[in-house]
Amino acid sequence: MASDRSGPWRRAAEALVIPIAALAAAMVVFGLFMAALGQNPLEIYALIYKGAFASAFSWQNTLSRAAPLVLTALCVALPAQAGLMVIGGEGAVVLGGLIAAIVGHLLSGAAPTGVKVAMVLAGMAIGGIWIALAGALRQYRGVNETISSLLLTYVAVALFNHFVEGPLRDPSSLNKPSTTYIGDVNMIGSLPGLDIHWGLAFGIGFCVAMHVLVRYTTYGFALRIVGGNPRAARLAGLPVTRLVLTVCGLGGAAAGLAGAVEVAAVHGSANASLIAGYGYAGIVVAFIARQNPLAIVPVAVLVGGLSASGGMLQRRLDLPDATVLVLQGIAFMLILGSEALYGRLKLFRARVA
Amino acid sequence: MTVVELGWWGVPIGVLGGAIRISTPFLFVSLGECITERSGRINLGLEGILVMGAMSGYAVSYTSDNPWLGVLAAGGAGLLLGLLHGLACNLPRVNDIAVGIGLMLFGTGLAFFLGKPYVQPKAPTLPGIPLGAWSDSPQIRAALQVNPLFLIGLALAVGLGWALRNTRWGLVVRIVGDSSDAARAMGYAVARVRTLSTALGGFLAGIGGSFLSLYYPGSWSEGLSSGQGLMAVALVIFARWNPIRCFYAALLFGGAGALGPALQSVGVTSGYYLFNAAPYIVTLGIMIATCSPRRTLAGAPGELSINR
Repeated sequence: MASDRSGPWRRAAEALVIPIAALAAAMVVFGLFMAALGQNPLEIYALIYKGAFASAFSWQNTLSRAAPLVLTALCVALPAQAGLMVIGGEGAVVLGGLIAAIVGHLLSGAAPTGVKVAMVLAGMAIGGIWIALAGALRQYRGVNETISSLLLTYVAVALFNHFVEGPLRDPSSLNKPSTTYIGDVNMIGSLPGLDIHWGLAFGIGFCVAMHVLVRYTTYGFALRIVGGNPRAARLAGLPVTRLVLTVCGLGGAAAGLAGAVEVAAVHGSANASLIAGYGYAGIVVAFIARQNPLAIVPVAVLVGGLSASGGMLQRRLDLPDATVLVLQGIAFMLILGSEALYGRLKLFRARVA
Repeated sequence: MTVVELGWWGVPIGVLGGAIRISTPFLFVSLGECITERSGRINLGLEGILVMGAMSGYAVSYTSDNPWLGVLAAGGAGLLLGLLHGLACNLPRVNDIAVGIGLMLFGTGLAFFLGKPYVQPKAPTLPGIPLGAWSDSPQIRAALQVNPLFLIGLALAVGLGWALRNTRWGLVVRIVGDSSDAARAMGYAVARVRTLSTALGGFLAGIGGSFLSLYYPGSWSEGLSSGQGLMAVALVIFARWNPIRCFYAALLFGGAGALGPALQSVGVTSGYYLFNAAPYIVTLGIMIATCSPRRTLAGAPGELSINR
């Protein structure tokens, strides 16, 4: 029986065409919606493109917004390899940012390079521990990780608020409680020659590394067996608990890194700006990328681009800044729904010889 | 009027009043989520529905001058979004948790967009029932100023608890939620029951949202919800999928939220954020205590994806 060699290519084409078609459908629905409100959809499309991808400035804006999403999406996609559904990335982001601000403040006299490394590592560590906790509850007590990670997020946000508005509050931050500024020398600057902070490089590097880990190592192979059938994995003698805990830790480390970078490269201190829903947007990014670490990058760039174009619509057409949220919401719903089309379109079905 | 000094007594009274005030949206979203989950689906999008309900309730109350029409409109908006979730999850391979998060972002985005013109104007709000009129103390009067929606929610909790146990509809929802195979064998349309349950859950969550914009805090703004919709999932687990216990859970979660401001009024200004986390820690504790690697959550509907 001759196997059809076009199979993998067909699957790749399918994974590309279906979400793009769903995105196009979302643009049409959004266009009709805006037309119903008396706007010119073509003008809006042009402005979205302009605000997201047309100039170096808009690319910088887009990529800066994509950076945290790349990392928080990994917090969903990595545990998903082992069959876990973690939705608590927001908690890891918040704690990662908090610990980075604390470390940055405590070490403020030390060598700046050391401070930066310590902030990033501390953020990753606490994020990893936080999500691994959800994994541990599942492995040792059978507690569902989706719910426990969500509950842990609320605990994390409460801890964050407690420290930022209480013991660690900078007395000079009156309107917006913040921790003490970590200082200019300790800020992780931009990528050389660009106005994009290091979070993007961290995110892409993390994604590539995780892709290699999941695809090309025995660890990744074992992980995917656990995801496919945990009982079979256990019978085969795989260390299921260790695999689940480490992969949750890696995912949490990614989200914690996102928070640490937001503090160390963007805000300079921990404050309420950190609780911006990156964790939740990352969930959708991961699902649209179908839990594939490499696919996360373009999806996050696209979502970041849509967010970045909000300002353009606001300035040029005097539309509310939430306009792009509507477009994003429609796109999310349609792309998530388009999951139903996989394997149903004749064009992409492998021919059986 | 002389202000009666209550001292530390102000704390429990403040918590009681706050619990009654803050718990109403919790009550409605948790009842909605309870129905949805009993049918075997989980809707994480109630946050979006809540915000959308708050916005549409306020907008309709403003344009029609009738807050009760606003409540109805909020329920209608919630019904539509719930229907959207239900229909999307009927599609094969579509994940209910992912769609829920998508719906949360879609609902809040749409509400912020459509609600922009209503941030400034003042809409008529719902009246309160002064159950504390017998007292001279303004604190007690304020605490017992009860909104009709709270009482409706209480009646609804009792009614739903009864209906799930004793009516044919309740039985069908429970069968579909516990075993879709059994339901299918008995000839029930599993997808339709779940869609309707999700839509009904959305209706209730929408009404919960209208409480936020039409009673307390009583105006529409983008920062109105503090995540009550997402918390519904935790509340329902806390209440172990029982509508009447949803009522107690809502009171407890509301009371925990009210503890901070109440302590602040007597001079305790730090540490109360940690009390906000108490309900979640307790819920987590309940889950840890009742789960084991061999047994999932007792009382959970068998078809629930979080139960596998």
